Amino acid sequence: MKQRLALRSLAAGVFCLPLLAASAHAADPIKIGFIDPLSGPFATTGENGLAEFKFAAERLVNEKGGVLGGRNFEIVPFDNQVSPKETLIKLQAAIDEGVRFVVQGNSSGVANALTDAVKKHNERNPDKRVIYLNYSAVDPALTNENCNFWHFRLDANADIKMDALTDVMAKNKAITKVYIVGQDYSFGKAVADGAVRDLAKKRPEIEIVGNELHPIGKVKDFTPYARKIIASGANAVITGNWGSDMVGLGKAIIDAGYKGPIYTYYAASNGITKTFGADGKNVIRVVSEGQGNPPPSKSGAEYITAFKAKNPNNDVVQPRVANTIQLLKSAIEKAGTTEAVAVAKAMEGLEIDGVLGGKVKMRADDHQAIQDIHIQVHTDEGITFPLDNSAYGLLVENTVTNAGADSLTTCKMERPAN
Amino acid sequence: MELIAITLFDGLVMGLLLFMLSSGLTLIFSMMGVLNFAHASFYMLGAYFGFQISQSIGFWPALVIAPIIVGIAGALVERYGLRRVHKYGHVPELIFTFGLALVIEEFVNFVWGRDQKPFQEPDSLHFALFHLHGYAFPAYKVFMIFVAVGIFLVLLTILTRTRIGLVIQAALSHPETVQNLGHNVPLVFMGVFGVGTALAGLAGVIAGPALGTFPGMAFLLGSIVFVTIVVGGLGSLWGALIASLLIGWLQTFAASYNLRFADILTALGFTRPLRIADSVFRDLWTLTLPQIGPILPYFVMVLVLAIRPQGLFGKREL
Repeated sequence: MKQRLALRSLAAGVFCLPLLAASAHAADPIKIGFIDPLSGPFATTGENGLAEFKFAAERLVNEKGGVLGGRNFEIVPFDNQVSPKETLIKLQAAIDEGVRFVVQGNSSGVANALTDAVKKHNERNPDKRVIYLNYSAVDPALTNENCNFWHFRLDANADIKMDALTDVMAKNKAITKVYIVGQDYSFGKAVADGAVRDLAKKRPEIEIVGNELHPIGKVKDFTPYARKIIASGANAVITGNWGSDMVGLGKAIIDAGYKGPIYTYYAASNGITKTFGADGKNVIRVVSEGQGNPPPSKSGAEYITAFKAKNPNNDVVQPRVANTIQLLKSAIEKAGTTEAVAVAKAMEGLEIDGVLGGKVKMRADDHQAIQDIHIQVHTDEGITFPLDNSAYGLLVENTVTNAGADSLTTCKMERPAN
Repeated sequence: MELIAITLFDGLVMGLLLFMLSSGLTLIFSMMGVLNFAHASFYMLGAYFGFQISQSIGFWPALVIAPIIVGIAGALVERYGLRRVHKYGHVPELIFTFGLALVIEEFVNFVWGRDQKPFQEPDSLHFALFHLHGYAFPAYKVFMIFVAVGIFLVLLTILTRTRIGLVIQAALSHPETVQNLGHNVPLVFMGVFGVGTALAGLAGVIAGPALGTFPGMAFLLGSIVFVTIVVGGLGSLWGALIASLLIGWLQTFAASYNLRFADILTALGFTRPLRIADSVFRDLWTLTLPQIGPILPYFVMVLVLAIRPQGLFGKREL
């Protein structure tokens, strides 16, 4: 034992000679600022995300000996209450604490404010530059007109998801009439516009029999909307709804006698899977990255099992969280430093194996991750990893590999010289 | 045509659910002269208690036990909370019920979390009772109609055919006189508050599986309940019923028909501006009826307050 240890340190000493300067601070952890809601109505989503980040840092980095010769990842949580104003205050607090990598995901409104603040901060403080890893905000603008060099998006944006969804819908000849319904705000509108645009391009003969927005969080009873969907004769429904608006709408549609697919973005976990239960079987479908069922790979299955063992009341809802940590680790190793410009440049074009299957490549042009997108169905058959501690979970039905790899971007980012 | 028929049914279910909440609130309001802001919170408590009890011993016992627990909690709140605050006047009472609503919401968050709860209808009612031209009508909704109508008949009988009902009726219009006649008005208050909150709890148990059990449910239904009692008239059971049905139908029909304002404006002789994005009235031109549905009840309330301030069936001025 002693001999092996000595051998190891000898090897480390020989091979890491060029990194001697860096490993002088080998004990210092690399701080990753997690800026998301940890109180208020969206705290559940934030807390689940934090649990996923803590687990990913522990399992993918710290247990494997850290990076740059033994430096660990440390997740430092900051509660932004989903407020753009609070986010900027927390960003400053994080930077003062020595955080140089921030992760955020809930709300595109917050993301737009944060990406702008990070850009300005980096211009003014070249010695304290920060990288922003966006793991969930899907507003296409963030990697198009509002893009910048410091922002990297690990989730597929709303346009890429819609592109993948309509690819699958276009192949399904049973779908002839589509009803689009969503919450009356920017994301609901983006989903509706994307669906109309993509379906017209891919299957012009599909009839859009309904396209409407309802007040967000104000509808007491979704039955009238369900009646209209039945009346329209639709055989597919698309919605970007989330939270109680998603459950209310889905349940009303199913109760009204609808049997076709309901394509959604966020109808899983956080109590939603358990609430839909048997009613939603083979009806509710979710378009997302990362796959749990069937298990993507042996290591992926072990990852989910270990997560559940440590966090019995949470689920691996956002596989992209694990990819965020994996990508950052690979980039730091490739750059050989934690300096922001070098790490950001190392991240451009970098390809990693997705922790839950597939490949994830960070496109250099706009910093949008290109990965496989799955259409998953809510069911209790063939489920290895159920959600909400129920019998039900999501099973991959269709996969679009490297979704959006050829998608165009209007992003023209300025890259720093050094 | 079929859509009208099925929407009448849907509106009836929604209206009767509102009635279960407003019947208790209207009695409490007219007796104490205080808007009980926490009334919808008792409705939410009913749903969560119902969910918890149904997890262990089933839906039917929950339907009986949960409202009783909520009613007892309501009576205790009146006895040890509101009554103490009462002597300081109406404003502290209002603030008390407002604070209570916040406390109950935080309590629910603390105990059950912020997630949606998987509260399901009992299996015996979990099927489509009939189909009307392809529109399924769940048996559970028919059950909701029967429960609400049953409550209405029982309340009506108690209020108009029994001695207790007489005292309550009298206390509504002449509370001081009733007290002078030697009746224990505080006990009547406590009883009415308890029964009113129990009805709200019952509404919660019934609505939980149909409309969802989540921390925002009290807020979602709460504001509209005040509208129904103002429209119906304080202390009037008939008023509460008619106003609830009116608002139930109004909301359901508004959400069912995609009437566009552009069509109405065109019919009135206006021409749509060519560049809609630059027009001052662009919001008016792009509006649809379902989008303004949620504000229609408030519109009705303003109309009623302007034309008949005591409400449709009310006897007392506000």
